[in-house]
Amino acid sequence: MDNPRKNPMSRNAALTLAASIAGLGLLFVFEATFDPFTMQIFKLCAINVILALSLNLINGFTGLFSLGHAGFMAVGAYTCAILAMTPAQKTANFILQPIVPWLADVHLPFLPALLIAGLFAGFIGWLLGVVALRLRDDYLAIATLGFSEIIRVVLTNAQPITNGSLGLKGLPRYTTMWWAWGAAIAVTVFLVLLIRSSYGRAFKSIRDNEIAAEAMGIDVFGMKVLSFTISSFLAGIAGGLLAHYLTTIDPKQFIFLKTFDILLIVVLGGVGSITGSIVAAIAVTLSMEVLRFLDGPLNLGFMVTQGIPGLRMVFFSALLMIVVIFRQQGLMGTSEFSWDALARIGLLPRRGAKPGTGIE
Amino acid sequence: MDLQTLLQQFVNALSLGSLYALLAIGYTMVYGVLRLINFAHGDVFMIGGYLAFYGVSLFAMPWWLAACLAVALTTLFGVGLERAAYRPLRDSPRISIMISAIGASFLIENLGIVLFDARPKAFAVPGPFAANHVIGGLHVAAVSLIIPVVTTVLLAILLWIVYRTKTGMAMRAVSTDIEAARLMAIDVDRIVSITFAIGSALAAIGGILWALKYPRLEPLMGIMPGLKCFIAAVVGGIGSIAGAVLGGLLLGVIELMTVAVLPGLTGYKDAFAFILLIAVLLVRPAGLLGKNQGEKV
Repeated sequence: MDNPRKNPMSRNAALTLAASIAGLGLLFVFEATFDPFTMQIFKLCAINVILALSLNLINGFTGLFSLGHAGFMAVGAYTCAILAMTPAQKTANFILQPIVPWLADVHLPFLPALLIAGLFAGFIGWLLGVVALRLRDDYLAIATLGFSEIIRVVLTNAQPITNGSLGLKGLPRYTTMWWAWGAAIAVTVFLVLLIRSSYGRAFKSIRDNEIAAEAMGIDVFGMKVLSFTISSFLAGIAGGLLAHYLTTIDPKQFIFLKTFDILLIVVLGGVGSITGSIVAAIAVTLSMEVLRFLDGPLNLGFMVTQGIPGLRMVFFSALLMIVVIFRQQGLMGTSEFSWDALARIGLLPRRGAKPGTGIE
Repeated sequence: MDLQTLLQQFVNALSLGSLYALLAIGYTMVYGVLRLINFAHGDVFMIGGYLAFYGVSLFAMPWWLAACLAVALTTLFGVGLERAAYRPLRDSPRISIMISAIGASFLIENLGIVLFDARPKAFAVPGPFAANHVIGGLHVAAVSLIIPVVTTVLLAILLWIVYRTKTGMAMRAVSTDIEAARLMAIDVDRIVSITFAIGSALAAIGGILWALKYPRLEPLMGIMPGLKCFIAAVVGGIGSIAGAVLGGLLLGVIELMTVAVLPGLTGYKDAFAFILLIAVLLVRPAGLLGKNQGEKV
């Protein structure tokens, strides 16, 4: 059979492999060239990629509007930090009241601490999911938002476990470039596989039409809880990475405005697109740094303004409004990156296929 | 604890609850007509407080003039907000409108930080409100007495508008069925604007009263009361004005009385509303006074 697409996968696989090697090489080059401050920003990009992907799983792919992400991050961050701190650091941190005895001598390496943090956040997510996922749309949004505020209030007050509003300081700087990007890549691969699996199709069918999904025999409630649990697990992992990236955490960092930051990334990238979330996470994180000058004194040519702290966030919130009103699909809509799509718009040579032969 | 302290706390709870009620009405009305959580309502409340502050401090107006102007401008602001952020998305999926509401709230807060400065401002409480009365052994700040009275008067006016005027009838029609109302030649856009105007005016009055009771203005001061009042509206039964008032009062009483009876829980005060919300949603999702409408398929 004379099929012009006799071996389409191999070209795409080769391109993917080449891109992965190039990406890996790029990370090496970055690590070697940039100063520690710039590296911090690149690490933050990776953490935001995980956060955006996990919020997109629940908001974009399953169609449940959850605003509780800051809470799950907080759970992950605190769990990971408390497990990974040395007993000496704990004594130094808990000055008001000593830490509860059963946690005082716990000291785990980073990987198990991070995994337990994720699992614990996932468990909390499961608990909340079983309760709150009976609600729809905006009720769910407000219940999850309320839940993340409850977490924050508990963290502020449970002094013997979390050190209250003083927070935890001097955490070991475990989150290296390799940890951050390693986790981001692992999460991306996991999500791509998940979305392409029957579970992913079930999630999307719930998003598109819940009643039809139920009629097709999908366990709608179970799938919602599963998606919510996975999303909180990933948020917990990101929280753990964030804790050991910042090395200082306190409950105030996890106010629900933090969820809005992630929501901004997801909406800009496209609700329901993995590619969009990754691109937007990197773009927003970088531009948050690049636009830092907006907060300082500005030279407009004819006048020099005083430093206006907050102008940067005005820019981002205005951008969010403009995107929501004029381009609801964001950067990518629900489409994904693929080599074939690049070929279609002429950035890659076509594989000898005639136009319209169904390259997907 | 003796009866005296209990009564004292009850008076405080009543005034806090009345403030919550004022804000909750705005949420419930907007939700009634548009099925939208107006996330920016708390920020409208903040704007009201700030405008009154600037009227008095920057333009040296007498307090009553500053308050009236602040209410008028905030009302315009609320109507403008609906035009700019919600009307273009009227026919979009609900999630888009909600993101727009969140974005609007985010934008107003950040603009507030830029324009009003993130540092808290002290609100100069005018003489008549700052006084302290002793009634039957209870120390009552004048403002704590004024707040419930103002709320009652406003509520009476509101109920008159909603149940005794043609506009109110149109509002009720739109909230029952927006499409049918349009077929009955009701100008839906006008009714939505009026709803936002009433809600914003109440929020502005609430903001000014709040500033009299807690004389400290911050650009982010609207977030927490805003969230709590939405919860109050849900608890009372969203879409129902009486429910919003009941929810607001209930929330104020629960917050202050729990702390009065169990001082150990003071740190958890902000969590009460959310726990109440989750409990009510699970037991009685339509709220205390809400009608249980089956999900339309």
